[in-house]
Amino acid sequence: MANTLDDYLRFHQTALGLRAQRQEILASNIANADTPNYKARDIPFDSALKTAMDAAAAGSSVPAAAQYRVPAQLSADGNSVDMDVERAAFADNAIHYEADISFINSKLKSLLAAIQG
Amino acid sequence: MSLFNVFGVASSAMTAQSQRLNVVASNLANADSATGADGKPYRARQVVFGTVPLGGGAASGVSGVKVAGVVEDPAPMKRLYEPQHPLADAEGYVTMPNVNVVEEMVNMISASRSYQNNVDMMNTAKTLLLKTLTLGQ
Repeated sequence: MANTLDDYLRFHQTALGLRAQRQEILASNIANADTPNYKARDIPFDSALKTAMDAAAAGSSVPAAAQYRVPAQLSADGNSVDMDVERAAFADNAIHYEADISFINSKLKSLLAAIQG
Repeated sequence: MSLFNVFGVASSAMTAQSQRLNVVASNLANADSATGADGKPYRARQVVFGTVPLGGGAASGVSGVKVAGVVEDPAPMKRLYEPQHPLADAEGYVTMPNVNVVEEMVNMISASRSYQNNVDMMNTAKTLLLKTLTLGQ
């Protein structure tokens, strides 16, 4: 039974973990917007989620690998943070995180309804 | 919970930006200081930022900001023709600080905007974490 419950929530749990990790990386990008030679990073969410789901099904967990972003324009100090891109991604990721929480909440609610009748 | 690292990242960046703002303030305040404690005119200073790995280390891609150092501006000093000045040399010129006021103002605005960005980031992380706490309620 515990396994069934795990399976029931696994997708959203994995997605939420990845969203949190991505939020962290995007925060690093925004924080280092003025650091010379800093290269902006991000995780490709869809492929990372696929990898994480495969790992979770096998009972293990691997942190997603961050990749360097390709900047639209170069800067003289070697920094590749584009603030517009990062802020947009940060806001986008935050909303997806909240959406994931809503999904988990509604799943828990329906589970509770099934238990209590 | 990895989202907590956002607080560490944002606060390290805020500390670094406020130090940058302090240095800008010092430069602007001393833009006309023809002599200092060492008897020489003031030299503009600039902070140099560096990254510092946080959370899962460098491999995780999470890094904060630290002030790697404060360097003196190598730009040539300004020379002002003012024969009446007590510090004037034989030709009547006074050596003045190499502070570029326009550059410092731009620096100040940039630092303050970056600081605001980090405050915003912290607020978002806080909202997300509080939302997470309400899971299952």
